[in-house]
Amino acid sequence: MFQGGVAHAAPHSGYDDAGPQVRAMQDDDTQNPGFLWVQQGETLWTEAAGSRATSCATCHGPVTAMRGVAARYPAFNPATATPITLAQRINHCRTEHQGATRLPPESDALLALSTLVAVQSRGLPLAIDDTGPLRPFIAAGETFFRTRQGQLNLACATCHEERAGHHLGGALIPEGHANGYPQYRLEWQKLGSFPRRLRACMLGVRAEPLPADAPDATNIELYLAVRARGLTVETPAVRP
Amino acid sequence: MARPLINVPKTVRRGDSFEIRILIAHPMESGQRRDEYGKQIARDIIHSFLCTYAGEEVFRADFFPAIAANPFLAFTARAVETGRLVFTWTDDHGAVAFDTVEIVVE
Ligand code: HEC
Ligand code: HEC
Repeated sequence: MFQGGVAHAAPHSGYDDAGPQVRAMQDDDTQNPGFLWVQQGETLWTEAAGSRATSCATCHGPVTAMRGVAARYPAFNPATATPITLAQRINHCRTEHQGATRLPPESDALLALSTLVAVQSRGLPLAIDDTGPLRPFIAAGETFFRTRQGQLNLACATCHEERAGHHLGGALIPEGHANGYPQYRLEWQKLGSFPRRLRACMLGVRAEPLPADAPDATNIELYLAVRARGLTVETPAVRP
Repeated sequence: MARPLINVPKTVRRGDSFEIRILIAHPMESGQRRDEYGKQIARDIIHSFLCTYAGEEVFRADFFPAIAANPFLAFTARAVETGRLVFTWTDDHGAVAFDTVEIVVE
């Protein structure tokens, strides 16, 4: 078991730190802008793509069959012996199973499909298997979380453990859980992926931000999912 | 981006009022923001919105640059007859977008 220090015996979702208006937006599917991407994802799910002219639905049936999947991601990919994120998994199906091109990170299409798959698991507890081959990657993610970086020389843990609940400028520092991605941020005026959030926090400490598919970005996502055990999938979450 | 999310009841009793909710996918770029290279991003907002029901105007709004992206509107109408709700909005590019949904009055 990897335990993220004192605060995380019972993790506390960023939802609880958001104001009542932001929470109301997340709670009402007709107001939550993330559902614009869910709706776009539903169209893409049944649209034939690539040289094989197959759609996601051709192989997977109705998208409700994806319930529970996102709660297990990032998951272990035996083919590469590394963890794979949900977005990478979807792109793998695009290239290997559909004969289509990779969807670029942060593109509306990739966000839409990822959000559609993840929302099927909304309300389910995060369920990463930390007893098997993911163990070393989770440990690498925890090391990343605790290592000081950037010109400000701060670790993720400095803010999200030691100073969680305190203010930084105008913003309350949350515990930094990643259980609601892709997520709608009012600041972005848009839905964004976990790697985008990670880049924002890394830029904040003036570190060189990691590209979306960097192994460390996946390891940290994995560690955060283990650390947030007890929380449920909130995708598409809304945050300030 | 994509189509708006429209939420209305499928059927309503004649004479009852019902709620219409629409979330429109639009960047609502204020014209005040700069991109990551410091270049000003051109203003692109929806400036007018209209909803008609069975051919009659039931709601109209003018939008301003301070409105956030993906605006959400909720308003009510009274059920008179089975018919179409037609939503039309125009942005700074002059693009006129519309969507429509049927409402059954019993
Ligand atoms: C030709 C069949 C085929 C198509 C088309 C296809 N997939 Fe898959 N998908 C698979 C198979 C087979 C697996 C199991 C893992 C593997 O071997 O790749 C899988 C696995 C997945 C998983 C992981 C499931 C899990 O339990 O971990 C997700 C998510 C997924 N696909 C999403 C999609 C999406 C989204 C699309 C459309 C863009 C799509 N797939 C198109 C065959 C397909
Ligand atoms: C200087 C303090 C600071 C550091 C260091 C920092 N963050 Fe953050 N982080 C924040 C703040 C503040 C927010 C809340 C977002 C906001 O309101 O701007 C946040 C938000 C987050 C969130 C989103 C939480 C939610 O509820 O959606 C995640 C995930 C996150 N950070 C991960 C990380 C990771 C991983 C690192 C290390 C690379 C890191 N952060 C480093 C301050 C920090």
